Amino acid sequence: MTNSPLAADQPDQRALALIGGEATDANLRRYLHGIPGIDAVGLEARAADLGTRSIKTSSKRWAIDTIIGLIDLTTLEGADTPGKVRSLVAKALVPDPGDPGCPRVAAVCVYGDMVGAAVTALGSAHAAGGTEGINVAAVATAFPSGRASLAVKLADVHDAVAAGADEIDMVIDRGAFLAGRFGQVYDEIVAVKEVCRRADGTLAHLKVILETGELNTYDNVRRASWLAILAGADFIKTSTGKVAPAATLPVTLSMLEVVRDWHRLTGVRIGVKPAGGIRTSKDAIKYLVTVAETVGEEWLVPHLFRFGASSLLNDVLLQRQKMTTGHYSGPDYVTID
Amino acid sequence: MKFLDYAPAPESQALLNLKSDYGLFINGDFTAGRGTPFQSINPATEQRIAMIATANETDVDAAVAAARHAYDGVWSRLSGSDRGKYLFRIARLVQERARELAVAETLDNGKPIKETRDVDIPLVAAWFFYYAGWADKLDHAGVGPNPASLGVAAQVIPWNFPLMMLAWKIAPALAAGNTVVLKPAETTSLTALLFAEILQQADLPAGVVNIITGDGSTGLALVNHPGINKVAFTGSTSVGRMIARSVAGTEKKLSLELGGKGANIVFDDAPIDQAVEGIVRGIFFNQGHVCCAGSRLLVQESIHDDVVDRLKRRMQTLRLGDPLDKNTDIGAINSAEQLARIRELSARGQQEGAERWSADCAIPENGFWFAPTIFTNVTTSHRIARDEIFGPVLSVLTFRTPAEAIAKANNTPYGLSAGIWSDKGSRILAVADKLRAGVIWANTFNQFDPSSPFGGYKESGYGREGGRHGLAAYLKPAVRSGSRSIAAADRVTPVSKKSASAGKKSASAEKAAK
Repeated sequence: MTNSPLAADQPDQRALALIGGEATDANLRRYLHGIPGIDAVGLEARAADLGTRSIKTSSKRWAIDTIIGLIDLTTLEGADTPGKVRSLVAKALVPDPGDPGCPRVAAVCVYGDMVGAAVTALGSAHAAGGTEGINVAAVATAFPSGRASLAVKLADVHDAVAAGADEIDMVIDRGAFLAGRFGQVYDEIVAVKEVCRRADGTLAHLKVILETGELNTYDNVRRASWLAILAGADFIKTSTGKVAPAATLPVTLSMLEVVRDWHRLTGVRIGVKPAGGIRTSKDAIKYLVTVAETVGEEWLVPHLFRFGASSLLNDVLLQRQKMTTGHYSGPDYVTID
Repeated sequence: MKFLDYAPAPESQALLNLKSDYGLFINGDFTAGRGTPFQSINPATEQRIAMIATANETDVDAAVAAARHAYDGVWSRLSGSDRGKYLFRIARLVQERARELAVAETLDNGKPIKETRDVDIPLVAAWFFYYAGWADKLDHAGVGPNPASLGVAAQVIPWNFPLMMLAWKIAPALAAGNTVVLKPAETTSLTALLFAEILQQADLPAGVVNIITGDGSTGLALVNHPGINKVAFTGSTSVGRMIARSVAGTEKKLSLELGGKGANIVFDDAPIDQAVEGIVRGIFFNQGHVCCAGSRLLVQESIHDDVVDRLKRRMQTLRLGDPLDKNTDIGAINSAEQLARIRELSARGQQEGAERWSADCAIPENGFWFAPTIFTNVTTSHRIARDEIFGPVLSVLTFRTPAEAIAKANNTPYGLSAGIWSDKGSRILAVADKLRAGVIWANTFNQFDPSSPFGGYKESGYGREGGRHGLAAYLKPAVRSGSRSIAAADRVTPVSKKSASAGKKSASAEKAAK
């Protein structure tokens, strides 16, 4: 999950070569507006079609366990306390106390000032970017609105990384994007990525939140996805969860198509994280199908696909118990975090 | 395991309650046919589903006589709103039995359950609902006030959308006040016979709809019968031509919906991922057994390689196999005969120098199957660019300018459908204006709606189905007998384009009234 400094520099050079010059508003506009458009009706029809796949028996069992392993278990509230974060971490470690075989989630996702509490609570289970254990993801850059000076945003990121965050979920400046100041959005992502660098030269994983609900059109989502990837995003993420609509299947599909095209172009795999609004196993399975049939099932691993969710986990656990025992239980048979 | 090897998800057949033998549906009852019965098989397994009766000429006589009797005695005397009630009732029964009909259609035809469940059967219900609403509004059908029905309609339908084609034919005919003798295709009679059961459930007066089964000779006996007033045929151009010849010189009204070689035109500014979806839907929907299929892909030369590459990737995700599995995208070819034709034309494509590529998929042992296939390097003079293959085979051609795209799209004896993919609205309208095709889709393909007329130019046939136009195919202007009714009719439309003399009479009648 860690990137070498060299790998971090490469996309930048590649991006500038693709853009055909410096990352100015004009160059970026020319590039982003040269990307084929999206027909909204067709995109939504395709997403709906993928949603009709019937995932049963052994496929469903695999899907359920995979979903759990792809969840960023999230608490992003003004009322968060170290106690709440400890509780969340406990749930992340042992999602189902009744079944030790139940997989763990991929990461916990918290505000920057709660990173220390999360790292402490995880203890030896802290993956710290490795493949075993659970990562700590922090939202940063004046999340969720992103309305602060660049210095404040960078300080926000710096604090989270210093406290031990393995992943940074930043927001783009939607105002700048919608006003056509693509260069500014690009430069901010590049700057945040640089602040993700730790003392030992490794980088915290960077997820770039587009807040698709504010971008409004699929064409905007597609351009913002390209922009974020050009600027060095490891992951593109739909939403903060604070704006409706949050993640939708068509929006996620359109982002997966960008990731697929980027892979065709460069051979590099970028991750996708739909966040907010995915609450049921049934919905989550539709996302797995969409990923597998759009970019390939090799994307269904934690460093290439995540669900940003909180209530999803318990619905998945109920389904899992049902598959194990053969009967439905109820909300009192899964733990609240 | 691989996630993409989705576990089997077969639709249950428990709902089905099929008989081992089916008779002819004449005058409200099932009767044995006088011809030799034949078996209907499941094209995915080659197993027999049921024995189906064959109607000979005597049976055809009986069916036409029943339809005539019902027309004279009941149906032509019913008010429009009463006919509408029956049609609404049929529509609701189709919805109630939708799952059962979908399973039966998939068994008998070989098309995937997801299509019968999500497309065929919902459209059948939609067609009946739509024309039910028209039954008491015929004054607005476009043939003048108080139009008259034609009488007995002979309807012969194909095997590619068995129940849907039945609905396209029967719904407007009944709404307009006609009675019907319908013959389904030989390989796909089953759902028409289940539909006959629905008519019994709906208490439709006996003889209003008669369904006779058999092969081509039964169909020919029906359309040649002197007792019918209208022939509606959907099927191949060669049979259509034969019917036109046999109907020529008679009073019978005729509509034909025949073959096609639709052009799907992709411009370089198209929404590319959706265009690829549209190409797939255009040619692989229903195994390409679609008369309006987008079987010729015309792609702008500048994006040809990218489009073909994306298309091939997409085709690799198509799932061919058990049509009853809910995840199947490509079902079985309907018959051994059709499979042979697809194979023959594909082989010809290779011989003529086109480059063949098929998606990599396992072909089941039994049944009739053809992997989704595209041909690149196809030119307009290749046979696969001219003949209707009626299978999952796409011919890819290129163009450089809009003028060339239009010229190539129109360079076919057919003219049923076309598609245009572009982000530029003005270009879509300009190109659509110059294409000679009955249906043109913009940034989509193979979409059907009962309110939208459907039909062809040139060798794709004549007459329209669907919408107000489809209704007009089963109506004629008011029968004008006696001066009172003429005056009454003309007062509604005092300026009649149809007949200047009628206009004069109307004026004099009004003068007289003053």
